[in-house]
Amino acid sequence: MARAPARQLIGFWTLFSKEVLRFWKVGFQTIAAPVLTALLYLLIFSHVLEGRVQVHGVVYTAFLIPGLVMMQVLQNAFANSSSSLIQSKVTGSIVFVLLPPISHTAFFLAYVLAAVVRGLAVGVCVLAVTAWFAPLRVEAPGWILAFALFGGGILATLGVIAGIWAEKFDQLAAFQNFLVMPLTMLSGVFYSIHSLPPFWQGLSHYNPVFYMIDGFRYGFFGVSDVSPLVSLAVVVGCFAAVSLFTLGLLKRGWKLRH
Amino acid sequence: MAVAVSIVDVVKHFGALRALAGVSLAIEEGEFFGLLGPNGAGKTTLISCLAGLVRPDSGTLSVLGHDVVTDYREARRRLGIVPQELVFDPFFTVRETLRIQSGYFGLRRNDDWIDEILANLDLTDKADTNMRRLSGGMKRRVLVAQALVHKPPVIVLDEPTAGVDVELRQGLWHFVRRLNGEGHTIILTTHYLEEAEALCGRIALLKQGKLVALDTTANLMARHAGDSLEDVFVRVMRG
Repeated sequence: MARAPARQLIGFWTLFSKEVLRFWKVGFQTIAAPVLTALLYLLIFSHVLEGRVQVHGVVYTAFLIPGLVMMQVLQNAFANSSSSLIQSKVTGSIVFVLLPPISHTAFFLAYVLAAVVRGLAVGVCVLAVTAWFAPLRVEAPGWILAFALFGGGILATLGVIAGIWAEKFDQLAAFQNFLVMPLTMLSGVFYSIHSLPPFWQGLSHYNPVFYMIDGFRYGFFGVSDVSPLVSLAVVVGCFAAVSLFTLGLLKRGWKLRH
Repeated sequence: MAVAVSIVDVVKHFGALRALAGVSLAIEEGEFFGLLGPNGAGKTTLISCLAGLVRPDSGTLSVLGHDVVTDYREARRRLGIVPQELVFDPFFTVRETLRIQSGYFGLRRNDDWIDEILANLDLTDKADTNMRRLSGGMKRRVLVAQALVHKPPVIVLDEPTAGVDVELRQGLWHFVRRLNGEGHTIILTTHYLEEAEALCGRIALLKQGKLVALDTTANLMARHAGDSLEDVFVRVMRG
């Protein structure tokens, strides 16, 4: 029989592996579909804007690719944790995770890390498919990885909150359509915020996803709208805040243990 | 005999509804204990409190001396629960489901015991079948198997034979009796009172969140002059 810390570790690892296996088993829907969506965005926007727009001295298609990669990392990290939780709540199978001696920290880490893995898997596939369409530099891979991990972590954590909060699939869809989608679409995926009027430019600075996209893109081109250090500070700060908040909810058993 | 489950003055409200109104009882190690009552009596709420799925407003519950709130890890490790609802994870096969459940309890390389459970519940030939493709009775057996993967000394069966055919019932009770004979404490809730009468050494009757009777099955029947547990049940609930 394993010792208590080892048992905790096995419990965490099992839940994490189960979550990864869950999305892997339906990979066509969870990985291939978002890659196709990103490819369609690229084909349409680059067809319309290539040759007319340059951002930070970079051709538009090359500028667009990191934005699309990061957008899919974020949206799929959110989708993984939120859909898994609401599905298991609606079907009742969440009880299998609540009955064993899994701590709230292990629960949190397993769902968030598995969601980040899916986000990264989709991101790598989007990059592999879209990189053929434009010359892409990689100036600072460390920044790319840092923003992908912390950005994915934030959205995965928001997915945990949404998945636990929502009691019906349409509530989750509302969270996704009215919060996650606007925040990601209006974050500079398709444009530099310097091209916006001053009011919208100022407003963009209150959107944490803007810093994720901008910092991620800095890793490719070495240029960004704001300093990558500022972006990283914002992203890590947001991750710490939402993580502590979520851990507090889980410790209280919010909407899980009545 | 040591106390397997201790429940002391447990109160639980859901809004204005008082689900449990100060329930206290102790179940000894090795007992086959029946927790009976009509729908809405509080049986499942009490079991959920024991499992940590529901937090009582007041009172304490412990499993083999481990408080279910302050020492929840040790308490849950000693408890196996077969839930009432027919729930399953549609992504996995039967064997994957049992391996995953073992892992949640910190167990790796548990296949020998998993094979034994599968054989005892007549699930061996379904081990690699996806959960979605099983019949209701088969899914119920997997729920029982999931509750047993960590060899819990205390096993709670919340209406395990609801919607299950005669053959499975007999097989299930044979297996559960064997577990009880090996020292496992069994707590059973069921609406099939003849099953409770045949299996349970002691019975608690709940009504509107209160404990209205607690005694050995034989004493209950003698005291209420009933020919069967069903007679006793009807008299106590009307009283």
